[in-house]
Amino acid sequence: MNEHDQDDKQARMKKLLQQALPPVDADAEPARDLWPVMLGRLDADSAAQLSTGQAGFNWAPFWVWFDRALAAGLVLLVASFPASIPLLLYYL
Amino acid sequence: MQNESSDVLNQFRQGDLAAFETLFHQHQHVVYGWILRIVRDPSAADDLTIESFWRIHRAHDRFEPAQGFEGWARRIATRAALDWLRAKRDTVELGAEACGEVAAQPEGDPAITAEIRSKTALAFERLPPKLRIAATLAVIEGQPQKDVAAALGISVTAVKLRVFRALRLLRKDLERQGITP
Repeated sequence: MNEHDQDDKQARMKKLLQQALPPVDADAEPARDLWPVMLGRLDADSAAQLSTGQAGFNWAPFWVWFDRALAAGLVLLVASFPASIPLLLYYL
Repeated sequence: MQNESSDVLNQFRQGDLAAFETLFHQHQHVVYGWILRIVRDPSAADDLTIESFWRIHRAHDRFEPAQGFEGWARRIATRAALDWLRAKRDTVELGAEACGEVAAQPEGDPAITAEIRSKTALAFERLPPKLRIAATLAVIEGQPQKDVAAALGISVTAVKLRVFRALRLLRKDLERQGITP
């Protein structure tokens, strides 16, 4: 099958798809103002956060210390075994 | 719409609810229209517009005012619509009537019968959501590939590739049903 045939098939598929599923009305708008619903969602979200004690445990400090410990371990490894540097660079 | 003042954008970034309300009212129609093009269901588009703006509100501190609000909102809305399509695909298979719910009447090529249209619509529903979104926006809705790429967070080449794959899968599905497009 040559490239021209392929393009031709693609063009026919596009035409068929456009016939089967015509575009939606470009000026379509929501049936109502959605802001009151949005406000309700935000209120519910705030209430849920309050009832669960501000979304539970804060993991951020743990990750900061974990990152630092990992970096320190890496420095120690490189200082102890300089031959591991090419291997580390390979996996970076 | 790029005319929102930088004050509003900066205030929104700091979590100001009034600024968020202003942006909501300025952009809800655009976001709704974009989602409707993807999901083709007005009721789902209402819900997904809310879901998108909720995600937008939660991500306010990651918003970059210099990049403009609309493109950012469209990316988040596209992600929400994609999640919906995936969930929908896992639960029910839509009928052809659902696909054309908000569409205008087809202009009608006499060579393409109603049965072929219906089977094509159903086969399109079976495509993987990522390919379906690209084909819906670029082929059916005729959106510029640059805009589709920006909304999906991929390159224009990737959009072309997804459209190509979508049409090829669709053709194979139809051929299995004895329809040669």
